[in-house]
Amino acid sequence: MKIVACIKQTFDTEAKIVVGGDGQISDEGVNMIVNPYDEYAVEEAIRTKEKDGGEVVVVTVGGDKAQEALRYCLAMGADRAFLINDPALVGADSRAVSVALAKLLSDKEAGFDVIFTGKEAVDDGAAQVPSQLAARLDLAQANVVTDCEISDGKATATREIDGGSETLELTLPALISAQKGLNEVRYPSLPGIMKAKRKPLEVLSLADLGLSADDVASKVELVVAELPPARKAGQRLTGEVDEVVAKLVQLLQEEAKVI
Amino acid sequence: MSIVVCVEQRDQNLRKITFEALSEGKRLAVASGKTLKALLIGSGVAHLADELKKYGVDEIAVVDNEALAVYTVESYAAVLAAYIVHETPALVLLGHSAIGKELAPRAAAKADCGLVSDCIEVSSADGDYLFKHPIYAGKAIGSFKVAGPTRMATLRPNVFPIEESEGAAGAVVDFAPEIPAAKVTVTGSEMSSGDRPELTEADIICSGGRGLGGSEGFKLIEDLADALGAAVGSSRAAVDAGWREHAAQVGQTGKVVSPNLYVAAGISGAIQHLAGMGSSKFIVGINKDEEANIFNVADYGIEGDLNKVIPALIEKLKEVQ
Ligand SMILES: Cc1cc2nc3c(=O)[nH]c(=O)nc-3n(C[C@H](O)[C@H](O)[C@H](O)COP(=O)(O)OP(=O)(O)OC[C@H]3O[C@@H](n4cnc5c(N)ncnc54)[C@H](O)[C@@H]3O)c2cc1C
Ligand SMILES: Cc1cc2nc3c(=O)[nH]c(=O)nc-3n(C[C@H](O)[C@H](O)[C@H](O)COP(=O)(O)OP(=O)(O)OC[C@H]3O[C@@H](n4cnc5c(N)ncnc54)[C@H](O)[C@@H]3O)c2cc1C
Repeated sequence: MKIVACIKQTFDTEAKIVVGGDGQISDEGVNMIVNPYDEYAVEEAIRTKEKDGGEVVVVTVGGDKAQEALRYCLAMGADRAFLINDPALVGADSRAVSVALAKLLSDKEAGFDVIFTGKEAVDDGAAQVPSQLAARLDLAQANVVTDCEISDGKATATREIDGGSETLELTLPALISAQKGLNEVRYPSLPGIMKAKRKPLEVLSLADLGLSADDVASKVELVVAELPPARKAGQRLTGEVDEVVAKLVQLLQEEAKVI
Repeated sequence: MSIVVCVEQRDQNLRKITFEALSEGKRLAVASGKTLKALLIGSGVAHLADELKKYGVDEIAVVDNEALAVYTVESYAAVLAAYIVHETPALVLLGHSAIGKELAPRAAAKADCGLVSDCIEVSSADGDYLFKHPIYAGKAIGSFKVAGPTRMATLRPNVFPIEESEGAAGAVVDFAPEIPAAKVTVTGSEMSSGDRPELTEADIICSGGRGLGGSEGFKLIEDLADALGAAVGSSRAAVDAGWREHAAQVGQTGKVVSPNLYVAAGISGAIQHLAGMGSSKFIVGINKDEEANIFNVADYGIEGDLNKVIPALIEKLKEVQ
């Protein structure tokens, strides 16, 4: 089996967001992590390989720094990694990212059985890349998956939908986007970290993929980012329990008008 | 040119987010001199067109086909993309629901449009549109532009007010694109029992955290939710402890919600939790620690033991209702 995991390097969820003078988000001094959902994707890829044999290839579109994220996945147990890095991809939108990934996976790295991704990136929460990638590769897909079983050229996936869950059977090759609960993510072991240093990590430019800057032109542009108006602390209701709840109910009726 | 709303129905019931999207679509259509169209996809759904007319829709394109009886993102995205190519609308709106979240990007790739997900505001000026979308889990708000001719957006549920409007033709037309052979089959589904509202659609949400002390503690939250007609949410700590399903988790790695009222009991107010509920209109915090961070965002803060406060609150609510 050839198993692919797509990952994105994102800000730590604790990170404080700073908007620079140019109206764009500054990443100076921000601790970067592998997008939490992508860890489930990588874990599931490694478990699938441990069960059925084959290899795990991790792929990201990003800057130089994203190599650290790839090394982390190699240390978890992935076999090879690709970083797609090109000046024309700075500020790339989901379209551009999925075009670049689709080209790599339909050309140089064609012949995969399954692609795992995260269900969304925690930085912009757009949840676009998995569906755009599946569309470009014309793959069956299951999103927000909490349980996945691969056998006999098929994937059986249970996924969250609004108000419940649903089970899908997909013909391989297919794309699965991971939700929390899919598995328990392992930490890289010390030998894993040592081995990862020698595993192949290839950096590709657009030209290496046979793409031009026009092919990955973004359609979505972040004009400006702003900090949201800070939410202010409201009033503290104090006194005996009975008084307090009476006051709350009154406020909910008369001021908030929500009941 | 038109603004198109892709209608969401499940088992022939229209979802609330569709009315929100139609209402916003109408406001934008009026502001930018466009017609409002609705795309209705499914099998045996044509009769739903009547209800759509109430929102000032000029035209309803119905794609009624047995092959579309069960939703799959592949087949519905193929239909939506074909309609976009056929119609070249200025703007396509969907809900940022479980379905809209995957249907919009799959169709966007097929029709080669730019898409902004999870918008909380859309405005029009000079023939273009500006989309506001919370980023970094609501720690910042991005304003986005999308290169035309067709821009796509998904709208965050519970943010855009519903407004009916009269005087539009509401003409019903058939649209019959080719539907691809399925590579996916839905072999089963399970809807959670009970008649509580769905988390992302709920007007009121009652959430509990580690302070509940166990899954039995959630009984209190459920009783409060029933007294308020609310949905039940949870912090991650309560999910990790196995007291609640992950589907109930609110926060950066859970659901993003914006109800009119959010009651957080026994929840400290960690930054990742606030990311999921910070845009609620009113927040009530119930916590025994006077310094809990939840009090920094709560409109109404009650310092006390939830085991005493919640039962008293339920009693009081029963009295006044
Ligand atoms: C603050 C901010 C806001 C943005 N908003 C938008 C927007 O509204 N519309 C838009 O088109 N673009 C937007 N972009 C650009 C967008 O972040 C990139 O295109 C990004 O790579 C795709 O992110 P996404 O949120 O769609 O990823 P998601 O689709 O949310 O990510 C889901 C999964 O796709 C995979 N994936 C995502 N990105 C990559 C990658 N670079 N390499 C490999 N796999 C990946 C991962 O498995 C990930 O878990 C924004 C960027 C930033 C920094
Ligand atoms: C990558 C990442 C993603 C995360 N994503 C999320 C997410 O999506 N959602 C989320 O919620 N968290 C998330 N977290 C976890 C988050 O950081 C907090 O750990 C979590 O929200 C804490 O849950 P809690 O408030 O229930 O528990 P605690 O922080 O332990 O708070 C319990 C509170 O209950 C109060 N309490 C105790 N007993 C009583 C009583 N009898 N009466 C009244 N009050 C009482 C205490 O004073 C305390 O304030 C994430 C963390 C990381 C690192």
